[in-house]
Amino acid sequence: MRKVYSRIEAIAGNVITVTADDVRYGHLATVTTRYGKSLAEVIRLDGKRVSLQVFAGGRGISTGDEVVFLGHPMQVSFSDNLLGRIFDGRGTPRDAGPPLEDNLIEIGGPSVNPAMRIIPRNMIRTGIPMIDVFNSLVESQKLPIFSVSGEPYNELLSRIAMQAEVDMIILGGMGLKYDDYLYFREVLEEGGAMSRTVFFVHTASDPVVECLLVPDISLAVAEKFALGGKRVLVLLTDMTNFADSMKEIAITMEQVPSNRGYPGDLYSQLASRYEKAVDFEGAGSITILGVTTMPGDDVTHPVPDNTGYITEGQYYLRNGRIEPFGSLSRLKQLVNDKTRDDHRAVMDGMITLYANYRESVEKRSMGFRMSEWDTKLLKYGALFESEMMDLSVNIPLEQALDRGWSILAECFAPAESGLRTELINRFWPSGGSVAPSGSDEGTA
Amino acid sequence: MSQSTGRVLGVNGNMVSVIVEGDVALNEVGYITVDSDGEEKRLKSEVIRVRGDRAEVQVFEMTRGIGVDDRVEFTGELLAVELGPGLLGRVYDGLQNPLPELAAQCGFFLDRGVYLNALDRKQTWAFAPKVAVGETVERADTLGIVPEGIFEHRIMVPFNRYGSYTVRQIAAAGEYTVDHEIARLADKDGNEIGVTMMFEWPVKRAVDCYAERLKPEDPMVTKVRIIDTFFPVALGGTYCIPGPFGAGKTVLQQITSRNAEVDIVIVAACGERAGEVVETLREFPELTDPRTGRTLMERTVIICNTSSMPVAAREASVYTAVTIAEYYRQMGLNVLLLADSTSRWAQAMREMSGRLEEIPGEEAFPAYLESVIAGFYERAGVVRLRDGGNGSVTIGGTVSPAGGNFEEPVTQATLKVVGAFHGLSRERSDARRYPSIHPLESWSKYRGPIDRGMVEYARDALHRGNEVGQMMKVVGEEGTSLDDYLWYLKSEFTDAVYLQQNAFDAVDAAVDTERQRFAFAMLFTLLTRRLSFAAKEEARSWFAELRQRFIDFNGAKWQGDEFNRLHKEIVSTIEARTAGTEENAEQLVGERG
Ligand SMILES: Nc1ncnc2c1ncn2[C@@H]1O[C@H](COP(=O)(O)OP(=O)(O)O)[C@@H](O)[C@H]1O
Ligand SMILES: [Mg+2]
Repeated sequence: MRKVYSRIEAIAGNVITVTADDVRYGHLATVTTRYGKSLAEVIRLDGKRVSLQVFAGGRGISTGDEVVFLGHPMQVSFSDNLLGRIFDGRGTPRDAGPPLEDNLIEIGGPSVNPAMRIIPRNMIRTGIPMIDVFNSLVESQKLPIFSVSGEPYNELLSRIAMQAEVDMIILGGMGLKYDDYLYFREVLEEGGAMSRTVFFVHTASDPVVECLLVPDISLAVAEKFALGGKRVLVLLTDMTNFADSMKEIAITMEQVPSNRGYPGDLYSQLASRYEKAVDFEGAGSITILGVTTMPGDDVTHPVPDNTGYITEGQYYLRNGRIEPFGSLSRLKQLVNDKTRDDHRAVMDGMITLYANYRESVEKRSMGFRMSEWDTKLLKYGALFESEMMDLSVNIPLEQALDRGWSILAECFAPAESGLRTELINRFWPSGGSVAPSGSDEGTA
Repeated sequence: MSQSTGRVLGVNGNMVSVIVEGDVALNEVGYITVDSDGEEKRLKSEVIRVRGDRAEVQVFEMTRGIGVDDRVEFTGELLAVELGPGLLGRVYDGLQNPLPELAAQCGFFLDRGVYLNALDRKQTWAFAPKVAVGETVERADTLGIVPEGIFEHRIMVPFNRYGSYTVRQIAAAGEYTVDHEIARLADKDGNEIGVTMMFEWPVKRAVDCYAERLKPEDPMVTKVRIIDTFFPVALGGTYCIPGPFGAGKTVLQQITSRNAEVDIVIVAACGERAGEVVETLREFPELTDPRTGRTLMERTVIICNTSSMPVAAREASVYTAVTIAEYYRQMGLNVLLLADSTSRWAQAMREMSGRLEEIPGEEAFPAYLESVIAGFYERAGVVRLRDGGNGSVTIGGTVSPAGGNFEEPVTQATLKVVGAFHGLSRERSDARRYPSIHPLESWSKYRGPIDRGMVEYARDALHRGNEVGQMMKVVGEEGTSLDDYLWYLKSEFTDAVYLQQNAFDAVDAAVDTERQRFAFAMLFTLLTRRLSFAAKEEARSWFAELRQRFIDFNGAKWQGDEFNRLHKEIVSTIEARTAGTEENAEQLVGERG
């Protein structure tokens, strides 16, 4: 029989304090209030004084409520029965299915030994040219979408999830709007992907502590599936909500904030989640695609800033498009040399020209004279935006590269493209050879 | 020191409070015994504060499962590393736990409480004695040598054996393991000690066994043009690379770890991505070091405590790295320590300081941040050893400033103590101008291999071109004079063909001093010439074409046919346009005949 403690000494925010014996750090307890039972986790031991973070929140807890320690840390049931199911941040069903209690595993486990990691090697195709051509996504990569709120980031996320060639999808929702949750469910059901998907969803109206559990529970399950040979794609949206929950708890615990109220270990906390992305040699893999909304469109805000230092690049979503500048896949060079001979050249060449286009636009807005070259660039930029950048474009990589060549051919003489002669001879649409160009600026 | 025990009083994150019976020292190592799924685990920790009989320890592992009253055993020893032959080519975590060996034992994950020997106890080394019985020796004096790969590894009197000793016995030449006694030494009072080929040294104390510290004078060639020519680093010097994420800090360090002209490189992957170390880990054993013809791994030690590994061990990792660097310095070698990123180390200190409830300084960093950073970089230096030879430790650290803003505490504290500043610019990396070291804001106090006067001239040209460029943004090309415009073109040209360097091109990736001198002289010629053009358009296309040739030249094999052809073409192209010497260059050019 477990000992029942019925004297809660302090309640501050979501943190309660009791005096108890034989308690272990990081273990769980149940707190029974007149509103029901909640789990709580030991977050501090000071002699017999035990501080616990209550998953359902501190609201309504009375000093006379009962606390029972369970003698183990947070766990989740792991089996194929998870597939197609929807849970909350604690792993309790949100759908009509039965609760799962078999084969419990701990969450927030140790990190992978760096010596066991391998160099990532497989591209994940998405059908989105701004990703496939310009910033290829790689199996085992960790990559967030940086976005201001209001941008269609969840649409983008679900689209990538549906099109990505992976074995299964785990959606970790944090502070998700209920509508967005329903949206994800709908898209995956319609796409017939539900049977290979697990949802761990914390919605905006759920207790804040449960938000903190979502990445760990999602990634613990992902890790087990990956060890079993599955290529798992984990979607985490929105990690800024996760960080904000952490901030809230830190402030309750009277920790000294480091930057705009966020705790000093924000970086380590985010890193320990994102670093779960891995390719297990001889087994499966975990790829993490996150969403990080940027308060005030400010990339130097602590959450996107710390995230950028951790993840392997980022996709900037702005005005409904993935921006070529600022977007980066740090792993792309590991895969884009094995796709098609012209991949890297098209990638670099088109971006350089697009940068020149932006300069011309700026010049134009300053009222400077447009040269012939500027006019060409303006035409190119418009085509690039509508035919490549627009998120409605959905074509395989090879077709996107071909389209790149035809855009170039429509706007420039071959030598103005700045691409190598050998490639031009092979790929320039009219089968054309290098014609002498009127302007030298093309090689800029 | 005696060995005390204690009991856990409280747990707060990775900080544990302990009530101690007996004496305990600051930085002493203790083990917390915890029951983990029915298995007893001993978690390594370090004392970071003592108040009466209460000590705070930082635990180098996850603290989950620790309970009040759990037993703590103190070791009487400070946090230390093992020093001896067999460090080169190894991959360790921040506490010198060998990661591949750990993987062999534990599989994919880093299990808690598993600590393996840093040095292999089974491997034998071909020892050759260098002292005779009866000779007098002091700490760090050479007793013998063993070959370690390409180096002559000195077996030295342990650095913690203060005073002088008489050699009583010395092993004959032969194969021995590191823990085999190879000498017996007697102190002044005749007490004998046995010495093996390995010993321990506490990581947080600088190794101080040298005759004298010297001023860093000789350049440490990185083979990165913008560094060696414009912002050089000296052997035994210090430098930092601050920059926002994605600006190229890690790539720059990776390039340097491959190409730098030093004997040994210690790579400290401190709190950043594991994936980046894996590239080094997997590639170095395959890459040949042009200086020695052996693999790069044979001159490298990797200390790897990446972002998801325990934070307290991250704090220790830079000390582990610098101690190993100092050890090889004692053998008369030039060692380069590359730490990526020192900000993560500073953050580890901040996390601990917060748990200790110390009064926070700016951005919650501890008040002693500056002095700790200064103390770390102070461990770099050139020293004259007691045998008359020199050894050096050079330290290069990246800094990851919050929001990319250099006004933050870690960058500022670092800038105060380093000898060179390679500031990476977001603007330049966005424009793919790699390496994105800012040519106008960076600085170095060291002397490089290229003539100073010429470099200053080029620097002025960059400044002037930049000013014109800024002005042009306002008044347009139309409003800029041809003369100004030419300075703009010259500086853009310098940027494109000299400051930028293609890290992925087989030839351009690493440019040695000889070639830098050669290329810089060509560039200098162009910069000092007054060039005649009728109009801007003509000048622009002339420069564009010359640039293309120069970039091809940069990619051409040293003194090969293409190299010679392009060199001739470039020189004659410049000559054909020359209408005299720039006024401000007359003296410089005159001096050179
Ligand atoms: N010298 C370089 N040459 C070419 N590309 C580079 C260079 N430096 C950086 N990059 C590009 O920028 C990306 C980020 O560089 P990295 O060194 O990881 O940045 P940081 O460490 O500053 O965050 C790399 O993945 C690479 O694509
Ligand atoms: Mg980096």
